[in-house]
Amino acid sequence: MTKDTKNPPIDRVDGRMKVTGGANYFADFELPNMAYCVIVGSEIARGTITSLDTKKAQGAPGVLGVFTHQNRPPIPGWDATVGGPADGPPPKPKTEETYRILSSPKILFDGQPIAIVVADTYERATYAASLVKATYAKQAARTDLSKHVAEGIAPGGSGDYSRGKADAHQTAPVTLEAQYTIPIEVHNPMELHGILAHWTGPDTLMIYAKTQGVNATQNAMAQAFKLDPKNIHVHTEFMGGGFGMGLRTWPQETAVVAIARKIGRPLKLVMNRSQMFTLVGHRPYTVQTIRMGADQTGKLVSISHAATAETARYEDFTEATVNMTKFMYACPNVSTRYRIVRLDRSVPIWMRGPGEATGAFALESAMDEMAHKLNLDPIEFRLRNYTETDPEHNRPYSSKHLKEAYQKGAEAIGWSNRKPQPGSLREGNWLIGYGMSTGVFNAFRWEASARALLKADGSLTLQSAVTDIGPGTGTALTMIAHNVLGVPVERIKVEYGDTSLPKAPSQGGSAIVSAVGSAVFDACTAIKQALIELAVKDGGSLAGRQADELTLADGILSADKEPGKKVTVSELMQANNLTVIDRTKESKAGPDHQKYSVYSFSVHFVQVRVNPMTGVVRVAKAVSVADSGRIISPKTAASQMIGGVAGGIGMALTEEAVIDHRFGRFVNNNFADYHVAVHADVPAIETIMIDKPDPIINPMGAKGMGEIALIGFAGAVANAVFNATGQRVRHLPITPDKVMQKLV
Amino acid sequence: MNPFQFTRVTTPQAAISASTKESGTYFLAGGTNLIDLMKREVILPERLIDINKLPLTTIEKNVTGLRIGAMAKNSAVADHELVKTHFPLLSMALNAGASAQLRNMATVGGNLMQRTRCSYFYDHSMPCNKRGPVQAGPDKGKPNGPAGCGAIGGFNRMHAIFGASSKCIAVHPSDMCIALAALDATVNVSGPKGDRRIPFSEFHRLPGELPQKDNTLLPGELIMSVDLPTNRFADHSHYLKIRDRASYAFALVSVGVGLEMKRSDGSVHTIQDVRLAMGGVAHKPWRLFEAEQFLKGKEATEANFKQAATLAMKGAKSYGENDFKLTLAPNSIIDALKTATKTA
Repeated sequence: MTKDTKNPPIDRVDGRMKVTGGANYFADFELPNMAYCVIVGSEIARGTITSLDTKKAQGAPGVLGVFTHQNRPPIPGWDATVGGPADGPPPKPKTEETYRILSSPKILFDGQPIAIVVADTYERATYAASLVKATYAKQAARTDLSKHVAEGIAPGGSGDYSRGKADAHQTAPVTLEAQYTIPIEVHNPMELHGILAHWTGPDTLMIYAKTQGVNATQNAMAQAFKLDPKNIHVHTEFMGGGFGMGLRTWPQETAVVAIARKIGRPLKLVMNRSQMFTLVGHRPYTVQTIRMGADQTGKLVSISHAATAETARYEDFTEATVNMTKFMYACPNVSTRYRIVRLDRSVPIWMRGPGEATGAFALESAMDEMAHKLNLDPIEFRLRNYTETDPEHNRPYSSKHLKEAYQKGAEAIGWSNRKPQPGSLREGNWLIGYGMSTGVFNAFRWEASARALLKADGSLTLQSAVTDIGPGTGTALTMIAHNVLGVPVERIKVEYGDTSLPKAPSQGGSAIVSAVGSAVFDACTAIKQALIELAVKDGGSLAGRQADELTLADGILSADKEPGKKVTVSELMQANNLTVIDRTKESKAGPDHQKYSVYSFSVHFVQVRVNPMTGVVRVAKAVSVADSGRIISPKTAASQMIGGVAGGIGMALTEEAVIDHRFGRFVNNNFADYHVAVHADVPAIETIMIDKPDPIINPMGAKGMGEIALIGFAGAVANAVFNATGQRVRHLPITPDKVMQKLV
Repeated sequence: MNPFQFTRVTTPQAAISASTKESGTYFLAGGTNLIDLMKREVILPERLIDINKLPLTTIEKNVTGLRIGAMAKNSAVADHELVKTHFPLLSMALNAGASAQLRNMATVGGNLMQRTRCSYFYDHSMPCNKRGPVQAGPDKGKPNGPAGCGAIGGFNRMHAIFGASSKCIAVHPSDMCIALAALDATVNVSGPKGDRRIPFSEFHRLPGELPQKDNTLLPGELIMSVDLPTNRFADHSHYLKIRDRASYAFALVSVGVGLEMKRSDGSVHTIQDVRLAMGGVAHKPWRLFEAEQFLKGKEATEANFKQAATLAMKGAKSYGENDFKLTLAPNSIIDALKTATKTA
C-alpha cells in the first residue's frame, strides 16, 4: 500500500442516494407490460395435497395464470436431478425427499408454495391467491428439534474433530457440563425478498434480484434453464439487508423465471413478511453441549463441544458451529462433534455470524461459567489460556491483537467496576452486571476481479459485479483506490452489482473488502505503474527517475527530491494521446496465506441493568472492539460493528421464531410478534478499532468484520445477566420470564 | 383482502344509519388494526364506513371531568396538556402502546375496538372460536377457518390468567384501556335507538360462550366519546408495562395504578384511595377491586403491597407457556405500587 497510515473517515459514498430514494432496489424496477405474482403457501407441514381448487382464482379479475404442481412450466436443468438443492451436489447421505417447487403434491414444510398466481396488478394477484383452496391428507409433522436431538446424523464433509485425550475432562480438577440452546432466528431484513424476471428474447434473460451475488444467481439460472451464463444478465446494485438469506437462489425465484417465460411478460414477485419465515432460510434451532475441564491454576484441561442443528428433509444445511472451540484457546484436549436432524421444516441458511455466532454463545458462556467456578475474572481466565499460535492447525496466526482488544474494551466499559460476586451492584430496583465475550471468524480472501478506468480529466471509475448488501462496499473500494492513485474521493465513481461487470464472489463471509478490494488495489496499482512508465520513459516529463522516487497524489505525479518537478495526470495522458487508462485485474490469495491461520477477532463488552422483580433486561452500554487488520473506511466499519451489536441484542434478548409443533406452523411470523431489537433496546454503542494491518491477507492489510460484529455478542449479554443476578440463562432469547425471581 | 364497498360519512347519524342498513359493515377509523385483519383475511367486510371525517376529535373539560372525542388520535390525547396534568396515567399508557407512527393514526374509539393479538385468531388455518360471526348482530362476517381454541395447549405465552373460558383464553391488547379502566371512565355511544352511557367495566366482556363478541355494543352503535371523572391521582400514577422488547411490543403484563396519598406523620405514607388495573391478563381490562379495597387506608409498605398482590391473584389460572405470569403479575403489581408511591 502506498501509505500505511490510518485512513480518514469519509462519508458513505452512496449515502445520499439511499436516503433520498435515488438508490434502486430490485422491487423499484418497473418494466412495460409487467405482471405480478403471489405465492400461495401450504397450511400444513407434512402430507399430500388431495385437491387443489384454482377455478375461482383463474376467473378472478386480471388473472393471467395459476401455476401449481399440475402445470408448472418446465425448468429443464432440474428435471433429472434428485435430492438436495437442484443447483448443488446431491447430499451425502442421500436425502429422503426432493423439493423442486410445484413439482409434486407432497408437502415437505409449512408454507411450501402450492400455487403461484399471476395477475396484471399486485392487488389482483393477492386477491386471486386468497381464492385458491387446497385440501390435504395430513401426516404428523416432526418440527421440534428439542425432541429429536438424539436422532442427529453426521453430515457429509465435516468429520468429528479431536486432539489429545477424549475423556480428559473426567479427571480434570474443575469440571463443567452445560447445554446451550438457540431458537430459530429469521434474518428479517426490512426489504422483502423476490425477483423481477424479463425474458428479453427466446434464450436471453434479464433479472433484477435480491441476491448477495449476481454471478451466483446468473450461474444458478444458467443451470436451471440450460443457458449459457452470458445470456443471463443479473442486476442487484443495492439490497435492503441480506444477512445471508441472499446467498443462494431460492426455488421460487427459479419458478418465477419459468412462469415469466411461459406467460411472455416480465414478472415480478415480492413475497410477504410471513413468507420470509419459510421460503428464504433461517438460523437453525441448535442444541449444544459443552464439557469443560480446568485445573486450579486456571488452565484449560479439556473442552468437548457437541452441536445438533435442524435441517430439512430435502436438503442438508451445515455450518461451522463448533469450529471456534478447536483453535480459540490453548487447550491440550479438544473434541468437537456436529450433527443435523432432518425435520419437516424448510431449509436453513447462513444468518449473520452464522454457525460461529451460535457456537460462540455456547463456548463463551461456558468460559464465563468456568471462570466463575475458578474464582477468576473472565478476562484473566481467557488470558491464562491465550494462544499465539493456532492449536488446531499448528501454525501461526497471520496477526492477532486480541490482548490489546481485551484491554481497550475493558477500559471503555469500566470493567473495574464489575464485582465478581453476582448481584452485588444495585441501583434502586435494578441490578447492574458486566459481561464480555470473544468473537472470531475466518478472514477469507476469495478470487475476485475488478476494473479501473482513469480518464484524462483525472476522474476514476471502478467496476465490479459485487453487490452491496449494506456494509458500504462502494465506500471501501473508493478508499482503496484513493490510497493507491491519490484521486480525490469525490472524483471516484464505483459501478457494481451487475453481471456485465468483472466477476466477483457473493457478498458474504466478511470477505468482500479483502477479495474485491484486492482486485481494485491491483487494477489501480497497474494504472499507477502505467502512469509512472509514461513519465519516466525517454522524453517523458520525469525521464530517468526511479519509480520509488515519485509520489502520486491529487492527480499530480511529482519527484520527491526535486521540489517543483511534477506533471499532472491529465498532461501525462494528453502528451501520450490517451483518453483513458483501463486495467482489469483478477486477484486471489497468495501461497503464503496457507502458511498462516488468518482470522478476524472481536471482543464485546456489555453492561446490563436487570429488574429482578419483572425480569426485564436492558443493555445499558455496549463496547465492541474489532481486531480486523487495517480499517479501510472508519465510518462504515463502525457502522458495521453497530449493526452487529443491534443484531446481537436481538439474538440475546428478543429474537425467536416460534412454531406450534401440533401444526408445524409458525405462530409469530410477522414484525409485531417476532421481535427484532428496536431503537429503545439499543443503547449508545462504542466501537473501537485496533486498526493494525495484517501482513499476510492482502496488500491493504484489511480483514473482514461483518461477522465478528455479531459473533460472541449474545454470550456477553448472558454473562452480564449472570453477573447482575446470579441467573445463568442458557436458552436464548433472555426474556423476562427466564430472569424474574419469585417474590410472593 | 376481499372486494368491499367503501363509504365516507361526515355525520354520526349518517354513520349509524349506514351501518345498520346492511350486514358485514365495519366502521373504519385509524385503520391500524382493521386493515391488518382484512389483509390477513380474518375479517372480510362487505362494507367499510369511513368515519375519519366525523367531528369527534375534541378533548375538553366538562362538569364531571374530561371528555375525549372518539376520533381523537392516540398521540393527540397522550400529548394533551389536560391529560398530562390531570390524568398522567392515561398519557403514560398511551405512550407505552404501539409506535409513534401507529399512535398518530389510531383513535380513541378504535383503540377500544381493538381485537386480540392471539396468533390463532390471526391465522385462519388454525382453530379459533373468536373468528366466528357474532349472532344477533349486524356482523355477519363470514367465519373463516376451523373452530376451537388453538391457544389452549398451544402457544399461550401472551394469554389470559383471569376470566378465560374453555372457548377462548385471548387477552385484550390495549394499553390505553387499562388506564381508562383504572380511571373509572364512561363510554358514550350513539345508536339507532338513541344514546347510551356505558361504564368502562361493562364495555368489554369476558369470552364465556361467545368469544367472538369483545364488547357490549349493540348493532349500529358508534362510540362518540369517553368521559373521565376528576380524581386526585395525578401525583401518584404509574403505568408499568412488561414486554419482550423495550418498545413496540404487546404487554406480557401491565399494571395501571393511581393513588391518592396522605402523609400522616414525618415518614409514613398512607394510601387514601387507589385504583389498580392490569393488562395482558384477561379478555378485558382487569380491575383489581379486592386489592384496591385492601390498600385503602393502609400504609405504603412492601408488606402491604405483597398482600395486595396476593389478593389480586386469587382465581388466577395459567395454561402452560404463560405460567410465568402467575409470578410476573404479582411482582409487577408490587413494582408499580412502589414506583407510584415513590417508595422504591
